[in-house]
Amino acid sequence: MIFPSNLIQSGFWQATAMIATIVLTSSVGEVQTAAAMKSMGDLDDIRARSGIGGAIRAVVTSPLFVAGIFFMAIAFFSLLFALNHMNLSLVGPAAASLTLVTNTIAAKLFLRENVDRRRWTAAILVCVGVYFLAH
Amino acid sequence: MSHHRLSAQQYLILAFVSVSVPLGDASLSHGMTNLPAISLAHPLTLIAAVFTPWIALGIALLIGYFASYLTALSWADLTYVMPATALGNVFVALLAHFWLHETISPLRWIGVVLITVGVGFVAQGPASTTPPLNLPTSINQADNALVEEALEKEQVR
Repeated sequence: MIFPSNLIQSGFWQATAMIATIVLTSSVGEVQTAAAMKSMGDLDDIRARSGIGGAIRAVVTSPLFVAGIFFMAIAFFSLLFALNHMNLSLVGPAAASLTLVTNTIAAKLFLRENVDRRRWTAAILVCVGVYFLAH
Repeated sequence: MSHHRLSAQQYLILAFVSVSVPLGDASLSHGMTNLPAISLAHPLTLIAAVFTPWIALGIALLIGYFASYLTALSWADLTYVMPATALGNVFVALLAHFWLHETISPLRWIGVVLITVGVGFVAQGPASTTPPLNLPTSINQADNALVEEALEKEQVR
């Protein structure tokens, strides 16, 4: 297999571990955050009813949201660390696209979203895109 | 949670979600590559990096992204909102090529195009496919607390 030069410089497994850490922590955080936002309904309605302060309070006092932020913070610092060792053009698209795939699976399993054939096709296209992107 | 078509304002929010991520990531990358290599032995140097101008700008853009992202999640599926973020890959490639002068191979460009096509598939479907979750929410708790407070004031009068 041929790997990009910047991937070889930092070591294949090291680079894989960095990207996997970003993807997994980001997925856990985003699914928890999405569950929190789904549970409270349209934020615009809340803002109309309780003002911007009420909307912010509703969001930041949700335990699911706080847990989501915790995992997203880990993902963020993992991203900073990875950017210090690899190019943005590899880390950015790879992490974002793989997160999209893991989030799609998690959204079907945990958020009960209707992930139809169209959304699965999108996930496969993204997988192939990531393969080309990383090789 | 609405199943209808999105309004112009909601599309604008999704557009900001798309643009703010690549701009924020590019700022972070620019800031981090200008710093000396950081090792796992000294993780606190990552905290110090947060206060450098480019990293701070990147964080400000990502905070704006996050506010828009949360708003979008309140009226659309996660699997619908995510593609807006993934669309940013195109912007990342353009920024990395033209601003950071990184070399993007033709194969990587094909990868970016495939991801974008995949994103387009998702965007054609409905924004929301689920009713709101029946979880205990802080807004309900907060509203109940406000109602109780108002009743207590009424009783005092």
